[in-house]
Amino acid sequence: MSAPAVSAGARPSAAERVGARLVRILPPLLVFVAILVIWELLTAGPGRRVIPAPSAIAAAVGTDQALLWRSAQATLVEALGGLAIGTFAGVAIGFATARWATARDVLLPIAIGASTIPLIAIAPIVNNWFGVLNPLSKMMMAALLVFFPIVINVTRGLVQVQPAALELMRSVAASPTEVLVKVRIPNMLPFFFTALKVATTLAFIGAIVGEYFGGTSDVLGRVVLQSMSNGKFAVAWAAILIGAIGAMLTYVVVVLVERVAIPWYTALRGDEA
Amino acid sequence: MSGSVAAGAVPAVRVSGVRKAFPVKGGGETVALEEIDLTIERGEFISLIGPSGCGKSTLLRVVGDLVAPSAGSVEVNGKPAARARLDRDYGMVFQAPVLFDWRSVEANVRLPLEIQGVGGSERDARVREMLELVELGGFAKHYPHQLSGGMQQRVAIARALAFQPALLLMDEPFGALDEMTRERLNAEVLRVWARTGTTVIFVTHSIPEAVFLSTRVVVMSARPGRISDVIPIDLPQPRDEETRETDRYYELVTEVREALRAHHGPAAGSVASLERARAEGGIG
Ligand SMILES: Nc1ncnc2c1ncn2[C@@H]1O[C@H](COP(=O)(O)OP(=O)(O)OP(=O)(O)O)[C@@H](O)[C@H]1O
Ligand SMILES: [Mg+2]
Repeated sequence: MSAPAVSAGARPSAAERVGARLVRILPPLLVFVAILVIWELLTAGPGRRVIPAPSAIAAAVGTDQALLWRSAQATLVEALGGLAIGTFAGVAIGFATARWATARDVLLPIAIGASTIPLIAIAPIVNNWFGVLNPLSKMMMAALLVFFPIVINVTRGLVQVQPAALELMRSVAASPTEVLVKVRIPNMLPFFFTALKVATTLAFIGAIVGEYFGGTSDVLGRVVLQSMSNGKFAVAWAAILIGAIGAMLTYVVVVLVERVAIPWYTALRGDEA
Repeated sequence: MSGSVAAGAVPAVRVSGVRKAFPVKGGGETVALEEIDLTIERGEFISLIGPSGCGKSTLLRVVGDLVAPSAGSVEVNGKPAARARLDRDYGMVFQAPVLFDWRSVEANVRLPLEIQGVGGSERDARVREMLELVELGGFAKHYPHQLSGGMQQRVAIARALAFQPALLLMDEPFGALDEMTRERLNAEVLRVWARTGTTVIFVTHSIPEAVFLSTRVVVMSARPGRISDVIPIDLPQPRDEETRETDRYYELVTEVREALRAHHGPAAGSVASLERARAEGGIG
């Protein structure tokens, strides 16, 4: 369904496609490498720096491999668990608010209100509710952040349907279920994936902030805090970067799922995001 | 389909004493239609023409049971409009094509058949037939965003025809298209109409288009919307490019124009000028 293939008349070969992709990836890759090199040049050598050199961080990953790996796994489980809980709840409430006007009037203001509570303010409370040592408490922090964009976008996607599309469905005497399945849900999916992409990052933020307010020690948030207080800045930065990589990989997975789930939309948008 | 049994004297559409008023915020109401009586026989091609806001779309929507009349009744094939809609007697084409982005061309055309529960090979055959009919056989797997506006509108027509509706309702289907495309699609609609024998109600702002297509032109006047004239078009069938060059065609165009002018001088003028502006490419 690639639009350029249609206008060109012939499909590009596999080799051409791989080539085209490389050309697109190359500039950001070069910039990334350049940043690493400059960073290294500015920070390498003896003396204390605000930010350790990339080589120092890489070395820290080597020495503290076991701890970082264990922590990364634990934080990943928290973030993904929270993403799942928040997404599930958000979709469920989104359908309810789209379906029943009263639900919209009651639930949406609550959701909006809840989203304005500073995360930091409720982190200790959530830890307390679900057990500070229980990973569920961090999942709930992540879920709280994930929930809001999902609810809003699912509701919007289900409700903001072209009026003409609804008239068309009425003219062919479609049932409400058919309108839901054939119009509202397909219309909602691009909104949902947009929210889900934002939510992946939020899930990692939520989980790590939750970790800052206490819990088991082998998680990325605790590793950052502990290494900082011990002066092991390279380890702290390693943990931060690992968290970022985890969020990025999750984002990429969502983008890939989106491409499979709604190919018509990615083709229509005509970009590769 | 349903209704084809109940042939004979039963008209395709009978609109009796229809009134439609919309409530206005802060009290009062807008009367969109008043005392509308109209009987349409099977196989007729009726155009509705009149100044903007005279209630053409509203009348079409009342006939299609998309809005309920405030008074009066609509019968389609001897049944109340609501029954006819549930029996899937209607095919609707709107001003915008209203295609679903997530469905390929063939899947868009298939939609009414899915809802009707027509399945399997019959469904596929019918979709293919309808796409051939609007000359889009080669675009079945394309998506709407890969088509031009005119092609999209043809897909919408194929979809409206998919379950062989007894009554085809079209609300300015070609209003957004250039004159050349519009003339080509006019010829196409006539061909489809001749082949399927369905009854058509066609809303337009274009006098030449109304005369070229119709068996009768229904002229409406505004505030409140009423039928002011019904002009039979006795041009021979089938019609083609030569029809547009006959003297009778020009006489009928003039007759419709004068009918529009007679009942609302300035408004008719505005329709004529709008039409001129469109012909000159001024209004998209
Ligand atoms: N849903 C609605 N609510 C309130 N008023 C409406 C509604 N639909 C139509 N009207 C009013 O009814 C009148 C007729 O509208 P309608 O759309 O039928 O006109 P029309 O003849 O189709 O005009 P146009 O040629 O511009 O499409 C207008 O005065 C319009 O404001
Ligand atoms: Mg209209």
